[in-house]
Amino acid sequence: MGLSSYLTVAGILFAIGVAGIFLNRKNVIIILMSIELMLLSVNINFVAFSMFLGDLVGQVFAFMVLTVAAAEAAIGLAILVTFFRNRGDIAVTSANTMRN
Amino acid sequence: MGFAELAFFTFAATAIASGLGVILARNPVHSVLCLILAFIATAGLFVLMGAEYLAFLLVVVYVGAVAVLFLFVVMMLDVDFAELRAGYAKYAPLGFIVAVALVVQIGLIVAAWQIPDEALEARAQPTSVMQRASGEPASNAEQLGMVLYTEYVHFFQIAGLILLVAMIGAILLTFRERRGVKTQDVSKQVARTREEAVEVVSVPTGRGVN
Repeated sequence: MGLSSYLTVAGILFAIGVAGIFLNRKNVIIILMSIELMLLSVNINFVAFSMFLGDLVGQVFAFMVLTVAAAEAAIGLAILVTFFRNRGDIAVTSANTMRN
Repeated sequence: MGFAELAFFTFAATAIASGLGVILARNPVHSVLCLILAFIATAGLFVLMGAEYLAFLLVVVYVGAVAVLFLFVVMMLDVDFAELRAGYAKYAPLGFIVAVALVVQIGLIVAAWQIPDEALEARAQPTSVMQRASGEPASNAEQLGMVLYTEYVHFFQIAGLILLVAMIGAILLTFRERRGVKTQDVSKQVARTREEAVEVVSVPTGRGVN
């Protein structure tokens, strides 16, 4: 399959991730999962161009994106657990403790 | 339609369908399971693109660690998820419009984009064809290792540092000191001096202490 078919799949996945953030505005867990989906689609782009150009640097960059995504998921979920412990729910729309 | 096309369409359709499942499922546990399926389908796409090492890394890191972490957190937190879905219908049109606009824009870019001449030149001379000593072509993992541990070794070490910082941060954020639990405090025991532990009293004969 050519380059553009992979890019199309990545684009659709990215749009699904963005739509997920809009749809589940209150649920932080789904928002984090949507971010993971978007990072995944970016990885598809990197690997597709790496394949197309015959250059491995794209895969090295995808490796770095993978690392940062794993770190982000760990920190995000840790913040979520702390937030739940302090407040008893995870509704982000009511998360204005620091403002008041 | 050849086998490669069939495999591509299967994996792509699975990835997109399970991506939709992630954002539309009512139960967050189903969302996480859909996310795992999306990762596995994307790993299949990576194999089709010839990036086997990243494909298996995706399965190990994402399916084995990140998705299971999500699953633990979703099941551990006692949250009323039905309440969190309130207002879902209100934002659905906006989300749909934004998603469609994004897809159309990305599609326009993909359709109108001309591959530059430099890219075609680079494509004609792939940099990544490396050979083993015996002359046969190296596998994807070997090639990636050759690049990652030589040219990009600093990036590799910075990635390790990022993971270390993330680990320390996650432990620090979720660490909870329990009060009222009778555990040994070694430093407190060691720091005790003779003066505060033993009192030397000279006892008068026949009267005892007090």
